[in-house]
Amino acid sequence: MNCQETHLRVYEYLDGELTVWKRRAITRHLDECPPCGEAFEFEVDLRRVVVSKCREQVPSELRSRIAIALGIGEQAGPTSD
Amino acid sequence: MADPAGFADQAMPYMSALYAAALRMTRNPSDAEDLVQETFLRAYRGFEGFHEGTNLKAWLYKILTNTFINQYRAKKRRPEQVDLDDVEDFYIFRRLGGLETADATRTPEAEVLEGIPDSEVKDALESIPEQFRMAVILADVEGFSYKEIADILDVPIGTVMSRIHRGRRALQKKLWDYAERNNLRPRVESATGG
Repeated sequence: MNCQETHLRVYEYLDGELTVWKRRAITRHLDECPPCGEAFEFEVDLRRVVVSKCREQVPSELRSRIAIALGIGEQAGPTSD
Repeated sequence: MADPAGFADQAMPYMSALYAAALRMTRNPSDAEDLVQETFLRAYRGFEGFHEGTNLKAWLYKILTNTFINQYRAKKRRPEQVDLDDVEDFYIFRRLGGLETADATRTPEAEVLEGIPDSEVKDALESIPEQFRMAVILADVEGFSYKEIADILDVPIGTVMSRIHRGRRALQKKLWDYAERNNLRPRVESATGG
């Protein structure tokens, strides 16, 4: 596995979508090639940052609107019989 | 067959994630709230058809996605243009000089990313054309597998991969553009003053 092959597969690797053997070959390359290893770590960091910065708080008004619509609002009784 | 009485207990924990995805899809808080409410109502009505033990989260996202496509996108005459700057892989990392040198003394590039405000990351993601954006949200923010995303979006796995990969590269370009405009750079230990 060389740098170019590793680059082609980096997203599939990151997403856990490769076969065990391909995965192993790429892991070995990342261990042996610092630029590729760092590039890969950067992709991991990037995803972590995007995920953490895209969190949202559900407006409480929406939460209660849905609860009431589903019949589990404070004023509504249980839906089971 | 699933028990309707169990719906709320099982589905409510996904509300935050669904709401975040809805915001990124609709790009509008009021539409996002309506979309999430509609998703819960549809899911509740269809819950008897949901097979217990299968993936509830993926099922909810499929309803969310279909509702979005049918109701919100229908406002537009045709799906938005799919023009996308297709940039090279490791776009940001390359611009930070990461692939040319493996310099162990460099400070982590990740701090450049940390310096980008939440609102800018959200804007960057929301600026990606819809079909790429949806794939990236489902993969990166929600952590679905390619197969699950293929089922949710009803497209072949190869298409999912291509959309995720191109969408991620486009996102990197947007984030880098912001970092450059605002002069966010990693601190370099041997930096000449300034």
